[in-house]
Amino acid sequence: MNVALAISNKDLPLGDLFAAARSRLPGTGVVAEARQAAFDDFASRGLPHRRIEEWKYTDLRVLLRNVAPLAGAPDKAALRRAAVTVKALAIRGTRKLVLVDGVFAAELSDADASTAGIRVQTLRETLEAGNATADLLRTAVASDAMISLNAAMATDGVVIEIAENTAPPKPLHIVHIATGSGTSAFTRSLVKIGRGARVSLVESFAGAADAQSYQAHDSVVVSIGDHAEVQHVRIMEDAGDAANISTAVFTVGAHARLNTFNLTNGGLVSRYQAFIAIAGEHASVTTNGVNLLNGRQHADTTLTMDHAVPNCASREVFRAVVDERGHSVFQGRINVRQVAQKTDAKMMTRALLLSDEAEADNKPELEIFADDVTCGHGATTGALDESLLFYLRARGLSEKAAQALLIQAFVGEAIESIVDDNLRELAIAAASRWLEARG
Amino acid sequence: MSLLEVKNLQVRVDDREILHGLSLTVNPGEVHAIMGPNGSGKSTLSHVIAGKPGYEVTGGEILFKGEDLLEMSPDARAAKGVFLAFQYPVEIPGVATMTFLRTALNAQRKARGESEFSTPDFLKKVRSVAASLNIPQDMLRRGVNVGFSGGEKKRNEVLQMALFEPSLCILDEMDSGLDIDALRIAADGVNALRTPDRAMVVITHYQRLLNYIVPDFVHVMSKGRVVKSGNKELALELEASGYAQFEDQAA
Repeated sequence: MNVALAISNKDLPLGDLFAAARSRLPGTGVVAEARQAAFDDFASRGLPHRRIEEWKYTDLRVLLRNVAPLAGAPDKAALRRAAVTVKALAIRGTRKLVLVDGVFAAELSDADASTAGIRVQTLRETLEAGNATADLLRTAVASDAMISLNAAMATDGVVIEIAENTAPPKPLHIVHIATGSGTSAFTRSLVKIGRGARVSLVESFAGAADAQSYQAHDSVVVSIGDHAEVQHVRIMEDAGDAANISTAVFTVGAHARLNTFNLTNGGLVSRYQAFIAIAGEHASVTTNGVNLLNGRQHADTTLTMDHAVPNCASREVFRAVVDERGHSVFQGRINVRQVAQKTDAKMMTRALLLSDEAEADNKPELEIFADDVTCGHGATTGALDESLLFYLRARGLSEKAAQALLIQAFVGEAIESIVDDNLRELAIAAASRWLEARG
Repeated sequence: MSLLEVKNLQVRVDDREILHGLSLTVNPGEVHAIMGPNGSGKSTLSHVIAGKPGYEVTGGEILFKGEDLLEMSPDARAAKGVFLAFQYPVEIPGVATMTFLRTALNAQRKARGESEFSTPDFLKKVRSVAASLNIPQDMLRRGVNVGFSGGEKKRNEVLQMALFEPSLCILDEMDSGLDIDALRIAADGVNALRTPDRAMVVITHYQRLLNYIVPDFVHVMSKGRVVKSGNKELALELEASGYAQFEDQAA
C-alpha cells in the first residue's frame, strides 16, 4: 500500500472547515440538516485520490492537498476589483449574473427582471425563504465527495426557472469572479428549463488581478424539459495558480436538445465533471470540450453520458492542446442501459502535445447493455504535423504563428458546434487569449 | 548582382550525402529548368533553398540577393521573396484558404516593414487573381487544399505565387499528378508571372512541362551535382536520349 494513501482525514482539518463556515451558510431546519449530512459524507470519504477510479488521474490529495477556508463576503474594494475583471472579459450580448467570491453581486449583474417567463433568484434567498426544500442541495444523478462538499458549503448561486415555450432574448450568463487569495468559494446554481423553451446558458470563471491560489468549487444542476433546446457554454479562465473543481448535472427530457461546450485554459488544478442523464426518448446531446494548457497546469474533463431510454443520440468531441509540463485528462464514459435500444452514441478525443514533457491521458469507456445500438469512440495523441508547419512557414508565418493557426484549426473542430455566433465568439476569444499568451 | 547563387552546396540527410557540391546561379528574369532522374537531388535542392528542416548543410553556401539564405528561417526567406511551389501541397483542415492567404500575406508584409492589407483591398486582390486562374470562390472558403483535386492544388500554389509576388519561384515537379489540361492552366498562370525582375527555377522530371514553361537554361542533375547545363534544346535532347548517359558521367 502506498504511503500517500494512508493519510487519514484527521491530517486535514476538514471538520474545522465546515464548523468555521456554518454561520455563513444560508438555510435552517431541513436545509441545515442536508448540509450536515452532505458534509459528513464528504468527511467520511475525504478528498478523492487515485484509488477512486473516477479520480485516478486527478488525485486531489496530491494536487489540492487541502480545501482552503471559505472566502469572506466581498467588500466594496473586492467588488470594484471584480468589476474590472468582468469588464476585461468583454462579454457582450448576455445577461450577466455575477458571483463574487461565492456571493451574488447584484451591482455587477444585469437586472432585466422584467423578462416574462424567466425567474432568477439567488440560492441564498431561496434557501433563506424557508419554503425551500433541501432538494436544492441534492442530486440523484451523481455522487462523490466533492459534490457532497459543494452541497454542504454552498454560500450562494443562482436559481433560474424558465417557463414553458419561453425563449429568453439573451443568453443567461453566470460569471464567477474570485478576488480573494488562499480561500475557497462554493457556489451552486440550479436551472430549470420548461418544456419547449429555448435557452442559452453561459458560465465563466475568472480571477481578479492579484487573486492568488484560490479555489472555486461549483455545481450547476440543469433540468431540461421535453422539446426544449439548450445551448450551454462554459469557459474557465481562472488564475494560473488557482483550483477549480466543478460539477455539472444535466437531465434531458424527451425530444430535447442539449449542446454543451467547455473550454478550460485557466487554473493550476481543475476538474470539470459533467453528468448527463438522458431521460426522455428522441433526445439528442452534443458535448464538446477543449483544454488549453501550459506551465504545470493539470486539467481534468470527465464526462458521463447516461443513455437510460431508447432512441437518443449523443456526440462528444474533445480536444486537448498541452504545452510545457501541462497535463490534460479526458475521461468520457458512455453508458447504454439495456432498455436504451437504437442509441446512437459517438465520442472522439484528440490531444496535441506541444512539448516533450506535456502529458495527456484519454480514457474513453463504453458500457453497453443494449444490443441494437450504434456506438463508437476514438482517441489520438500526437504532435503538430511538421509538414503542415513547414508549409505555413514557407508562406511567411513565424513558428508561433504557424503553430497558432494549426492549434486554432485543431480546437475549431470542437468549437464550431456552438451554434450561437456570440457564444462561439466567446469561446474563440478565450482560445485566442491562450494563443496570444504563448507569444 | 545575381538573385540566387548556390555555391558548392553539400547537403546530408541522416548521414547520407545527397548534394555533393552543387553550384547554380540565377539572375533576375531568368527561367532555369532543373532536370534529372529520380534521386538525383532535385527536390532536396528546392527544400534546402526554402529552409525545410531535416537537411544538414555540410558545405558551400546559398546567397539570395547577396545575403546568406541558410542563416534565415523559412518565414524570413519567404518574406525576402523566396517561394517554393510544393510538389505535394499539404491539406490543412480547419484553416480556411482565405484566412491562410491573408495571414501569410500580411505576415510577409509585416516582416518587410510594409503595411498590412485592409480586408477589402485584400479581397479585391484575391478575387481578381483567382478569377484569372479559374479558381472558384467556394474553393477559397474551404480548408486549405482540403478536397482539392491535383490540378486545384497546383492552381492554389500559383494563386499564392501571384499574391505574394516573390522574386524567386521554385516550382518543384509542378507537373506531377496533372493531366494535360490542368497542366496548361497552371503553366499559363506561371507564365503570366514572368517579369524581368522575377526568376524561376522549374524542377521537373519530364520535358513535357517545358513545352509550356519555356526555360532560358536547362541543367541536368545527377547524383547530387549539375552535370550538364545548356539552353532549352538540352531538354529535347534528354527527351530523346534519356538520363542514362549522365548517370555514367557522374559516376
